[in-house]
Amino acid sequence: MEIQQLSIFLENKTGRLSAVTKALGDGDINIRAMSASDTIDYGILRIIVDKPELALEKVRDAGFTASLTKVVAIGISDKPSALGQAMELLRDHHLSVEYLYAFTNQEHLAYVILRLDDNETGAKVLAQNGIRVIAQEELGTI
Amino acid sequence: MFFQKEIETAPRSEIEALQLNKLKALVKYCYDNVPFYHKRLTEAGVTPDKIKVLSDIQYIPFTTKDDIRDNYPFGLFAAPMKDIVRIHASSGTTGKPTVVGYTREDLDMWSDCVARLCVAAGATEDDIVQIAFGYGLFTGALGLHYGLEKIGATVIPTSSGNTEKQVMLMKDFGTTGLVSTPSYALYIGEVAERMGIHTEDLKLRLGLFGSEGCTNEMRDQIEARLHLFATDNYGMSELVGPGVSGECQLRQGMHIAEDHFLPEIIDTKTGQVLPHGETGELVITTLSKRGIPILRYRTKDISRLNYEPCECGRTHCRMDKIKGRTDDMLKIRGVNVFPSQIESVIMTIPQIAPHYQLVVDTNGVLDTLEVRVELADSSLLDRFSELEDLKKTIHHKLQTVLGINCKISLLEYQSIERTAGKAKRIIDLRNNGRII
Repeated sequence: MEIQQLSIFLENKTGRLSAVTKALGDGDINIRAMSASDTIDYGILRIIVDKPELALEKVRDAGFTASLTKVVAIGISDKPSALGQAMELLRDHHLSVEYLYAFTNQEHLAYVILRLDDNETGAKVLAQNGIRVIAQEELGTI
Repeated sequence: MFFQKEIETAPRSEIEALQLNKLKALVKYCYDNVPFYHKRLTEAGVTPDKIKVLSDIQYIPFTTKDDIRDNYPFGLFAAPMKDIVRIHASSGTTGKPTVVGYTREDLDMWSDCVARLCVAAGATEDDIVQIAFGYGLFTGALGLHYGLEKIGATVIPTSSGNTEKQVMLMKDFGTTGLVSTPSYALYIGEVAERMGIHTEDLKLRLGLFGSEGCTNEMRDQIEARLHLFATDNYGMSELVGPGVSGECQLRQGMHIAEDHFLPEIIDTKTGQVLPHGETGELVITTLSKRGIPILRYRTKDISRLNYEPCECGRTHCRMDKIKGRTDDMLKIRGVNVFPSQIESVIMTIPQIAPHYQLVVDTNGVLDTLEVRVELADSSLLDRFSELEDLKKTIHHKLQTVLGINCKISLLEYQSIERTAGKAKRIIDLRNNGRII
């Protein structure tokens, strides 16, 4: 069970993040989570939004090269060792994490967005072992 | 199809006999009417009576752009102003422009030459042609304008810029032909796409491109994006404007109008004439112009001449597409690099846009070359490594072709400036930011 992530190519220069977030804001799109790293010349901005298709259209209209890519989102308790259990499961099944980012909410839940080398198998393994894998439809409510 | 079949297919011996007669008359005309040439020819000992055979041209001193500039504005005009009916000038980005004047006969010769290349490219009286070159002092627009009118085509003088309107008119008027720079043609394609207009639904069928170099790979890109048959033509305002040469439909070089323009290829460094078939700087003598005749003009363009008769029936020699200019050839760490070599690589990589910019700099000791390209393929955003792999691929291909290392910069789509005229592709920071 994968969800859609908005991936945007960004040059590393002043004002680009502001241009993306403005395009999304103008489209009335809510950002649930995002990740950008400190690459040298350019990078990929990754965003989880409530309306991915519309968000893609908005950022493309604003001139960005962007696409929707697949990631796995899990919901775990916001307490020590919860993420460790999930990672162990992945390790035991020889799955590796390409990147991840996480956020918590006020109900002591933590959400982790994962890009695995094999998303599909990963999602299955996690779900079968009692970890809550978030569906696209649930994103609006978390 | 031919516009002036007899002369365009004349046997070589006839062409050369005509050229010799015209050259003799030209040297006399320049000697008698232009003090600059009188002095130059006298100093070189090449008085008109010294021209006996065509190869005697090698004794005539070259004329350069600086010579035209130094005699600004009308110093090199051979005809009195009452006979001059038109004046054009180059853009003159550095210093004074180079000014040229045309007599009525010159304009007639000019439009004949352009008409020839339009017909050779496949244009007919049924074509509706949009001229998206800037009108004004620049020779490109009016040159094609009069030539196309001469063959009876319908001319739409849209001029350059206002790209959305260009696309709208293309659709509404059923435009079949486009005249523009190659880089502007690509931009028109991008704008059409953004407007939701499918270029395959337009009636466009023929492109007459010029005023900047265009590799075959770039031509393929233009054809794929605009769904037309793209041809290249060549000229420069100092010589007449467009009309010096143009491709026939076989596109195996551009046929030079040899009855009006006498070409030579020289070694840029030594000035020696090179044998047929060698690559070097193109030098042209205008055989027919009366307003401002030019002896042995150094075009600074690098090309090669092919005197084999063409399968199209034309006997006038063909010049290769311009490989580069002697002054935009980049010397990087001692290696000669032509932007056209870089262009031919970039155009074959589908994940990036067909626009590029080259930045040459020095890190104090060594020259550095940065090639800026735009990411166009959104399917590479799943993993960062896919972008890095693309960069490595581009780097590897360029290194294979150029033999030197360069830095590849992936930019966002459309971050390189699009122009309606000649693209500004080289930024040489070694020379205080000169943009070519």
